[in-house]
Amino acid sequence: MDLSSISLTLLIATLMAAATPILFAALGELIVEKAGVLNLGVEGMMITGAVCGFVVTIETGQPYLGFVAGAVGAALVSLLFAFLTQVTLANQVASGLALTLFGLGLSSLIGQEYVGLRPERTPNLFPEAWAEWPVVGPILFGHDLILYFGLGMAVAIWAFLRLSRAGLILRAVGESHDAAHALGYKVVRIRTLAIVFGGAMAGMGGAYLSLVRVPQWTEGMTAGIGWIALALVVFASWKPGRVLLGAYLFGGLDQLQLRLQGAGVAIPVEYLAMSPYLITILVLVLLSGDRAGAPAALGRTFHASG
Amino acid sequence: MKFAHLLTAATVALGLAGAALADGHAKTKVGFVYVGPVGDGGWTYEHDQGRLAVEEAFGDKVETVYVENVAEGPDSERVMTQMALDGADLIFTTSFGYMDPTNNVAAKFPDVKFEHATGYKRLHPNVSTYSARFYEGRAVQGHIAGKMTKTNVIGYIASYPIPEVIRGINSSFLHAKKVNPDVEMKIIWVYTWFDPAKEADAAKALIDQGADVVLQHTDSTAPQAAAAEAGGIVTFGQASDMSEYGPFPRVSSIIDNWAPYYIARTQAVMDGTWESVDTWDGIPTGMVEIGEITDAVPADVKAEAMGMIEAIRTGAYHPFTGPLNKQDGTVWLADGEVADDGTLLGMNFYLEGITDTVPQ
Repeated sequence: MDLSSISLTLLIATLMAAATPILFAALGELIVEKAGVLNLGVEGMMITGAVCGFVVTIETGQPYLGFVAGAVGAALVSLLFAFLTQVTLANQVASGLALTLFGLGLSSLIGQEYVGLRPERTPNLFPEAWAEWPVVGPILFGHDLILYFGLGMAVAIWAFLRLSRAGLILRAVGESHDAAHALGYKVVRIRTLAIVFGGAMAGMGGAYLSLVRVPQWTEGMTAGIGWIALALVVFASWKPGRVLLGAYLFGGLDQLQLRLQGAGVAIPVEYLAMSPYLITILVLVLLSGDRAGAPAALGRTFHASG
Repeated sequence: MKFAHLLTAATVALGLAGAALADGHAKTKVGFVYVGPVGDGGWTYEHDQGRLAVEEAFGDKVETVYVENVAEGPDSERVMTQMALDGADLIFTTSFGYMDPTNNVAAKFPDVKFEHATGYKRLHPNVSTYSARFYEGRAVQGHIAGKMTKTNVIGYIASYPIPEVIRGINSSFLHAKKVNPDVEMKIIWVYTWFDPAKEADAAKALIDQGADVVLQHTDSTAPQAAAAEAGGIVTFGQASDMSEYGPFPRVSSIIDNWAPYYIARTQAVMDGTWESVDTWDGIPTGMVEIGEITDAVPADVKAEAMGMIEAIRTGAYHPFTGPLNKQDGTVWLADGEVADDGTLLGMNFYLEGITDTVPQ
């Protein structure tokens, strides 16, 4: 066993990048669920974002354009879900699952010609010299713009839900769509906007996966991250701060357990491998001892006649 | 109740119709169950190449179907059952975790032939198993890795603690150690066959901890991408050539060539000569191929590797030849003794010099 081979600085820097796709997707889903819609299509939207971002980056050589394309592509497929659930009033669970299958199929179709290519590297936001400062350099300054954007979004979404009138309306729609409707709020429009926002965020997360975290395109490369993001929203009691905590905790523990294995720690590998899931759930469940529950109208179909 | 009866009757009728068709139908239907997507660039990709080769070889006489991303366990049983109900004559199940499901479904469909890759259970006369001696390729990799590492740390991304994976670890470690006594192997178990993000994370973790050669026993090309990103790291293509990452970091590869086997077995079903067999072929028959060793490998190392491949091909050299000790220091093979297939198939121990413990 050689714990000195684990650099804490590198570990923290890596976990930030590893947690970013989950963070984006979970924050997006949080807004969707706060509006009372359960979209199980996160995985499908993420992988659509991953392939759109990758393809555009390869074609243009512009990673930032790729991220925009990832967000737009995933938002477009989320419109399909919005149409099904908000206009035709289809079942949300079934529509979400269909969206996942659709996204996986569509992405492998789009990505066929892009296997094995290397995308343009997403540049670091700060000068390289800053990132070389001991300890704080790699952690605070060693990342690309998108990672900081994800952190900013966590704060922005918290402020939006907590402090803004628009956030209050969104929550009202999610708690009781009939009451919100009676007050004159456009429930369907607000929910559609929330769904599209959730799609764009999932797409960003997916693009982060194919452009930064792995950097490559492989069919089915999300491999369940979307489902983890979905679970995270629930365990985080629909709170942006806890989503951030959960994403970093999960990402961090996963990175740590891989490194502990490399260092040959005498803990059975099975326990190490399951620890990120167990500890993240445990911590978030313990935190959620308060009254915070699911939005009351979550998953319920709204029709103005109702 | 009535509705249920109707459904049952309809199912029976459909089944009878299917059986009637099965007798007279002209095409042989071959099914494939894949653990990952056909575009993984590795394990599943090569199986799908084998499927395409079957189509190419038999043209109109054969129809192939496949289902990708099938989880190991109960879900695979559902997929296989569906394939058999849809009239498949021969079904290839291409992951270790399909072992029990394959045998369960085979019991229910005695007229359908099943071929399970990398497993060892043949509980019914309509089940065959087949695998390749990947450890022969691992020996070549280990030799190159031992020669090329400068940090003397070789990283190994392992999937599940099953004999096939443990054989690969032992074989590569043994041959790295032979040419470089100072070599150390760091092993990370990711408990998945296919998860690009996790595979890339594992590669990065190994690189951060000083590994400058990364071997993988997972299916995607993600570790190659991570190594390319880190720079100066040597990798090997796994299951498929992965030549898009050559000439560096990917300096060589193990390629699984399933096509000849798939064609032969399909032919056997057509001829009515199919029998339950256990096939375990390697470099000599071409089931295991070594991908091009690039110029990033020094010429003398390349020549030695080519020599080893040739010796394995002719049978002059077996990668597990004594004297070899187990991890605890007890003798496994005496001087000159060659490992028997039974021990290799059940290998659940590390060789002397590996410091980790095998997950149980």
